[in-house]
Amino acid sequence: MTANNGTLVRVQGVDKIFRRGSEEIHVLKGLNLEVPKGEFLALMGPSGSGKSTLLNLIGGLDRPTRGVVEIGGERIDQMSDRELAAWRSRHVGLVFQFYNLLPVLNAHRNVELPLLLTHLTKAERSKHVDTALKVVGLSHRARHYPRTLSGGEQQRVGIARAIVTDPTLLLCDEPTGDLDRKSGDEVLSLLQALSREHGKTIIMVTHDPHASARATRTLHLDKGQLTDEPVK
Amino acid sequence: MIHWLSQVFSIASFNLRTIPERKGAVLASAVGIAGVAAVLVGFLSIAEGFRAAIMSSGADDIAIVLRSGADNEMTSGLTREEARMIGDAAGVARTEDGPLVSAELFVIINLPKRSTGTDANVPFRGVEKPATAIRGDIRIIEGRMFEPGRSEVIAGAGAARAFSGLEVGNTLRIGQADWTVVGIFTGGGGSAESEIWTDAAVLQPAYHRGDSFQSVHVKLTSAETFEAFTNALANNPQLEVKAMRQRDFLADQSSLLTGFIQGIGFFIAALMALGALFGALNTMYSAVAARTREIATLRALGFGASPVIVSILIESLILALAGGIVGAAAAYFAFDGFQAATINWQSFSQIAFAFAVTPQLLLSAIAWATVIGLLGGLFPAIRAARLPIAAGLRET
Repeated sequence: MTANNGTLVRVQGVDKIFRRGSEEIHVLKGLNLEVPKGEFLALMGPSGSGKSTLLNLIGGLDRPTRGVVEIGGERIDQMSDRELAAWRSRHVGLVFQFYNLLPVLNAHRNVELPLLLTHLTKAERSKHVDTALKVVGLSHRARHYPRTLSGGEQQRVGIARAIVTDPTLLLCDEPTGDLDRKSGDEVLSLLQALSREHGKTIIMVTHDPHASARATRTLHLDKGQLTDEPVK
Repeated sequence: MIHWLSQVFSIASFNLRTIPERKGAVLASAVGIAGVAAVLVGFLSIAEGFRAAIMSSGADDIAIVLRSGADNEMTSGLTREEARMIGDAAGVARTEDGPLVSAELFVIINLPKRSTGTDANVPFRGVEKPATAIRGDIRIIEGRMFEPGRSEVIAGAGAARAFSGLEVGNTLRIGQADWTVVGIFTGGGGSAESEIWTDAAVLQPAYHRGDSFQSVHVKLTSAETFEAFTNALANNPQLEVKAMRQRDFLADQSSLLTGFIQGIGFFIAALMALGALFGALNTMYSAVAARTREIATLRALGFGASPVIVSILIESLILALAGGIVGAAAAYFAFDGFQAATINWQSFSQIAFAFAVTPQLLLSAIAWATVIGLLGGLFPAIRAARLPIAAGLRET
């Protein structure tokens, strides 16, 4: 994915309105954001402020009501569902608060999932999975099923799944939200390393100031717009 | 395409692996579909067995001649002169003794059923000597053939099994006369086995029929001469008759009952299918609801909507097929060869037959199961594909 002038993510004049019956909920209002390549950005804000909504728009999981979402120079807000699905599988790694692992698959097979959408052979897929599990320090747990792993380990499997296709952009939605402090720290260290050592661009939604402190920049969402200052 | 198929295969295999976690609902739905298949096969095997019994004695080189406008032997009437002219027509097979033609009488008598003791209708047929040669497969298995001119009868093996009083040596009181049972015969499993036969010349006076008959059975020189035979009858201005191949005649005679049984079978199976469809829908909707987050996760990772739809259809189809095969197999073991007797409404006579579960019936049951499976999976699959990904990811 090529960035324009070093900018990987460009969100311009984005509105997002949800409709619940006759009621309209204006979650994002004329929002602008630029994220340079390699940045580890934390997005903070109270519940319902639209942090996850913004993350979903950047990840192509949802579309803005108005405005432009451009990732690596591509207008993803104009893509069809099929194009978006293909785009996500190539360029985005997703990390979820509740890990979202498939319980019927072991760690190795969970990490392999995004590679099933590529043309890699089984042997090539296996090699990529081994590398990703090594990066997150879980090579020894590859054959374990999610229910036999701790929360921290499950999240590391989730991160391995997010990086296995070597995407430029990692989107993490409350990645430490379901973890104790120690496990959360391990996950944050891992994300930091991915940013510093592997040049990944990371956007992380969090409530936790301890987590946002690990990021290179923190932005706050307030009344549908981004500010540098925490919401009072 | 291979890419798409591998997505379908992957998602379907994840789905199928979750079946043990929801075995209760899955089992209920499969049993419902098995019930549909079993009922369908059960009912249709009755109709099939009945049709087979009626038609097995049907041949293409035997013609049955009735009066024009008559639907069956009961409503037909022919004179001896007409019978003679029919025997002289082109295409009729001959032996040294003359044409293979049997002018026959057909009456209905009452005999008590062995199973219930209540009276039921039995066909009593008066035949001429060539009757056995015409039909070809008549074999005396006990006793002997009746002697012409005497009040003697032979009973079909099916009739002898179903009705009391048809033992060899027994005397029956029928139509103001006493008749002695002198033999039991088989007729290749066909409708003749449900009949009682005597000499037509003895039956005529017993039933005050003068010198008239109701049908003429004719052996043709070959199946191909049927057309020449019918043309000869049509071109004779003294005859007002119609001829049918025996196979067509028998199929026609059984059509009312087979149609009725098939109708009931399809009706009940359709009602049950509706129930099974809701069962399947419920199972698949719950399956989709329980896996909302997993489906959303796969979609978020880049799996397409159509592989999700197809994979859910495959799961539903596999469940339905399993149910359909089990139901059809159960019906096969329960019903195939089951002996029964029923009344043929067109001839008002008892027909002994065996339920016949044919490969076509098993296939049609599996086809029904397939349709239930596809419909039962379709709507839940569409719902799964339409789930907003962002919302689905947060489902617990």
